[in-house]
Order: sequence, then structure tokens, then C-alpha cells
Amino acid sequence: MTDTSTTASAPAKPRNIIASLELDTRLLGMIGAFIVICLVFNILTGGLLDGRFLTPRNIFNLTIQTASVAIMATGMVFIIVTRHIDLSVGSLLATCSAMMAMTQTVVTPEWLGLGLNHPATAPIAIGVGVLTGVLIGAFHGWIVGYLGVPAFIVTLGGLLVWRNVAWYLTTGQTIGPLDHNFTLFGGIDGTLGPTLSWGFGLIAVALAFYAMWRGRANKGAHEFPVKPLWAEAVLGALVAIAILGFVAILNAYEIPGPRLERLFEARGEVMPEGYTSGYGIPYSVLLLIAVAVVMTVVAQRTRLGRYIFATGGNPDAAELSGINTRLLTVKVFAIMGALCGLAGLVASARLSFHSNDIGTLDELRVIAAAVIGGTALSGGLGTIYGAILGALIMQSLQSGMAMVGVDAPFQNIVVGAVLVVAVLIDIIYRKRTGAKV
Amino acid sequence: MSTNAAPLVELRDLQKSFGGIKAVDHVNIDLKAGEVVGVLGHNGAGKSVLMKMLSGALQRDGGDIYINGEKAVINNPRDARRYNIETIYQTLALADNLDASSNLFLGREMVSATGLLDDNAMEAETRKIMHRLNPNFRRFHTPVSGLSGGQRQSVAIARAVYFNAKILIMDEPTAALGPHETQMVADLIQELKRSGIGIFLIDHDVHQVKNLCDRANVMKNGQLVGTVEVDKVSSDDLLGMIIAGKNPPSAIPGPGALA
Repeated sequence: MTDTSTTASAPAKPRNIIASLELDTRLLGMIGAFIVICLVFNILTGGLLDGRFLTPRNIFNLTIQTASVAIMATGMVFIIVTRHIDLSVGSLLATCSAMMAMTQTVVTPEWLGLGLNHPATAPIAIGVGVLTGVLIGAFHGWIVGYLGVPAFIVTLGGLLVWRNVAWYLTTGQTIGPLDHNFTLFGGIDGTLGPTLSWGFGLIAVALAFYAMWRGRANKGAHEFPVKPLWAEAVLGALVAIAILGFVAILNAYEIPGPRLERLFEARGEVMPEGYTSGYGIPYSVLLLIAVAVVMTVVAQRTRLGRYIFATGGNPDAAELSGINTRLLTVKVFAIMGALCGLAGLVASARLSFHSNDIGTLDELRVIAAAVIGGTALSGGLGTIYGAILGALIMQSLQSGMAMVGVDAPFQNIVVGAVLVVAVLIDIIYRKRTGAKV
Repeated sequence: MSTNAAPLVELRDLQKSFGGIKAVDHVNIDLKAGEVVGVLGHNGAGKSVLMKMLSGALQRDGGDIYINGEKAVINNPRDARRYNIETIYQTLALADNLDASSNLFLGREMVSATGLLDDNAMEAETRKIMHRLNPNFRRFHTPVSGLSGGQRQSVAIARAVYFNAKILIMDEPTAALGPHETQMVADLIQELKRSGIGIFLIDHDVHQVKNLCDRANVMKNGQLVGTVEVDKVSSDDLLGMIIAGKNPPSAIPGPGALA
């Protein structure tokens, strides 16, 4: 702290390209690291241009493998930002998954008399799963916020309790097969198809442009400085390329011929000669995108989000500003629980059954994703997109090493080391830029 | 100002204990509109605890608070805000990771028609109030952890002023500041006083109190030693009250400590 106010009138720094674009340099660093990882694995699996890592098939698989952990990681950002931790998310996922599995294999067919693959089955099961997560999460939050037990302890207990509640609910059995509509959220069995994927991509680009235009107009209305138009155009082009490129890659992963034939047969049609089709965007990835957008809006544009970050930055200040930090803790853990329910949906749908060990060790993956994504354990700092990128980096490392043929123990050794190094780099970066660590 | 109107704030017989220690022991203090009243004493004399009962940060064990002659119900910071009581804590109570306007509006954010936060409108308001209080302030997009002590202080003061504080509690507002910034805060206090705000100033610095305050209350070991008009006593008199708990002849007798 200096004791002069002359710093207030320091001249504006010369603007370089990144400054003009107003991009987050941390985000750029993470994207850079991610690209390097992808290129290295591509070279190791066959060469820069014909490697097996950056194929549509592998990218498609990466996205569906990441979805479950990434969904939970967005909630973990809020937990860690408020200076708490949640060690129970993997077990909570298992309990939610068990509740959903029992709902659709026992409750809806036997108690409610709904037939096989009844359209109401999946919504009921998903509702039960998310509600289970919300209630358990809120209960954790109540013990932490109102009774004052540290979150580490509450959720360490929760890790044991909910893993075994799941076991008790299912008597340790694997529960399946699951409802057809339910398993659509698993990945490869439920995708939008090429046409709808393109439509989704175009709508997303249009919404992104609209948001950028609104932001610019709003700043103009208050006579705040706005980015130069060229910067806005470059940014818009990058966003459009990213979204449409992503859609193009997922569309380029083609459904195998025999599988397509079966799809036509199921509809009572004959497949035209030479017909091909891509998978497009999986529903699980759509769910992740929806979660990411909602959580980002909550974080940046709502009172709840503002209070979460204020409480993480200075709990006393938040309390003195009239924020009910105890209730806030309950809400944050309830959100985490709801996301565990959704993650349980994706995870069990992907397997097409509920297994006893579902979500084991996910708590560590989720925390690692959030932390690699720039969430500071000291509280007050973190982003939703960072956590998702963190989850993607973790998953890329894991499956890349598996493709290259690295032995299982070395895979985990590398992932563990990367976690520590990533946080170290982050701390050094923040010290350099003068931000509070 | 009419002399027969009820004072802005009357603290009557306030008590607060922590365990067996009486942090505030049957204290009476008054504050009128447009007046700066000092609260002095050593560390642990009970100054901050007394003020925290008025700001709602602590719940009192006994006694009453009257605002404009009427009994006030203050059990938490939100209650205090309803009476237009604003507090600038010694720690400033700023969220270091947020920028100036997020801190200024913390707990009272402006929202647009969609129910989402209207950050641009909040920033525009922040720019207006900061222009009045600290025209040199430019760093509206920096987390307040990156600001200087004086800049942080001006954000904290702007927060109180923006929301129409009628009663302002300042806990050692210049303790962490250099001479230039101290003068800036002193000027600010004079301006707030002219606009009719009643200010409680908690301070260690006897000279500061002599410069800024109309009256001074001295506390020692949780009890009120006495109240003096600062024009009628010397700095040594004040020090005598703080250190020895000895009232000068001109001290105003309680309760209420108003002449």
C-alpha cells in the first residue's frame, strides 16, 4: 500500500493488440497450454498432420468424457470462491445416480405403472436426481453455514455417507438397463445430428453477436469508452470460428454404416445408397453448455454471484454490507448438489446403467479442474469457463496418455504433477501482475 | 438548528460484555445533526464496541438507542441501514477482489429490467460520486486490493455518502494514511458536516480530534470518563482524560452528556 494518490492519474499504458481486444491473458495462457497438449499428443500418435488425437472421433469422445466432471466443476468454483471445499461430490453423484436408477427401474414401472420407455420416465427420474442433489447439498450447506462445522469435515463425512447410501439404495447391485430417453444424455447414443447442430451453432453465433452489440450499446449509452470497431470485429470472428469449428468437427465424426442402416430399419425405411451422416453435438455436451451459460450469468450478472465473490473476497465485509452469508452458504452447496444430480445423469446414462462405484474419485477430478482453471483456494477468485477448460485439460492428458500407451501408474503421476505445476504457474503469474494470491 | 429538537442520536445506558469483561459499561452519548463528535480512548477502551452496537454489527446486552427522539430497533447491519446509519470500519470492510463500484453498491446493487445486475449504471453513479469526493480517482476497473490507502478510504466514504447517510460512524479513518491523504479525508469530513450529517469519529489522535470535532467523549475500561467541548479544553486536558480518567473542570456532566 502506498500513501499517495498520484497512482490514480498514472497515464494509460500503451495499448497492444491483446489490450485492445480486452482478452483475459490467463484464459489465453490456458488455451495455449491446451493447444500445446493437443498438438504434442497428435504428434505422438502418428504425426502433426495425421495423428490420432485430433481426429473428429477422439475430439467427440473427449467432449463426452469431460461433460460429467465439467458440470460439477462449475459448481465447485462457487464452493471454492466462498472459501469452502466439497469432497463429497463423487459420492453425491453416486447417490443421485442411484436415486435416478431406482426411480426408473422400480418407482415408475412398478409403483406408477408406466410402461417401458414411457416418455414421462426420464423427466421424473431426472427431477428426482436433481432434487436429491439439492436437498443433500442444502443440508451440507446448512451444517457448514448455520452450525459452523468446517466444510472440509462435513463433506469428508458426506464422502463416506453418500457413497454408502447409494450402496444401500441399490443393495450394491448394478442397476440397468436404464430408460431409453434417459440414456440419450450419455453421449454417443444421443446427438443432435448435423442439421440441428448447424442450426444450434448459427443461433449461438447470433446470440454471441447480439450480446456483444448490446454490451457495446449499453456502454455507449453511459458514454464509457468502447473497444475499437476492428477489435470488436476480430473478437466476433474468433467467436464465430470457434463455435462453428466445434460444430463442424462434431459433425465430421460419421456414424458407422451398419449403425445407420439399423437406424433406418428402426424407422421402417431403407437407407439410400451411399448415405452418410455425422453425429453432431451430443446432448450431454448441450447440457454442459447450458450449465456453463447459466452459471456464468449467475456469477457475473446476478446479486447471488456478486455476493458469492464478495463473501469469498472478504467475509466480514460481506456480512457488514448486510449479506446473509449463512444462507448464501446453503445456496452455494445446494447449487453444487443440483449439478451433482445432472452429472449423475450424464455419468449413468453414458454407462447405460448405475454401478456401485460410479463417480469414485470424481471429487478430486472436480477440485483439480476448478483449481487448474484458476480458482484460488484462498477464495474470491475463479471463473466458470476456466473450470471447464481445466476439466478439458485434465481429460485430454488422461486420454492422450492412454492413447500413447503410457502405463496407468504414470498417467496418474503426470496428472498429479500437472495439478501442482499449474497452480504454481498461476501463483507466479498473479505475483507478477500484482494481483492478490 | 433548533435547540429544543431531540438529538439525532441518543445512546442511553448501553452495555456489552464479553465473558466476564465489561467492554461497554452503561455509556451515554449524544450526537446532533451537522456535528462531529469524537470518541476517544486507548485500545480496548470500548470505543469500537460501542459504535458497533449502533451500526448493528454487535447486539447490545442492555440499554436503548434513540434516533430523532424515537426508540430504534437495531439488531443487525441491515436494520442500521434503514435508519441511514452508515459505518466506515477501520478495516474499511471492502471486498478486495471487487472493483470500486461493486464495493460501493455491495448489498444494494442496481438491477436492470431483466433482474440482472446493471454494472454500467452502477459504474456511472460511482464515477459521479467519486468525482465529487476524489476527483483524481481513475481506477474504476481495478480490484480495490490494487488501490492506495487513500483511494480505498475514499471508496469507503463514497459508499456511505452515496446512500444518504444521516449518521456516519468513522472508525479511525486516517490511521493508515499519509499526511496528504489525511488532509483529504479531513476536508471531506468538513464537507459532510456542512451537509448536515452527524458524524461519530473514533480516533486515537488528539490533534485530529481537536481539529475536526465539536465535542469529544473519552472512554476508559468500558466506561465513559466524560464529555467535553473541544474548544474549551487543551490537548493535555484530553490526554489527561484518556490516560488518567480525570475530567477537566469544563467537562459536561452526564447522562446524555449534552449541555
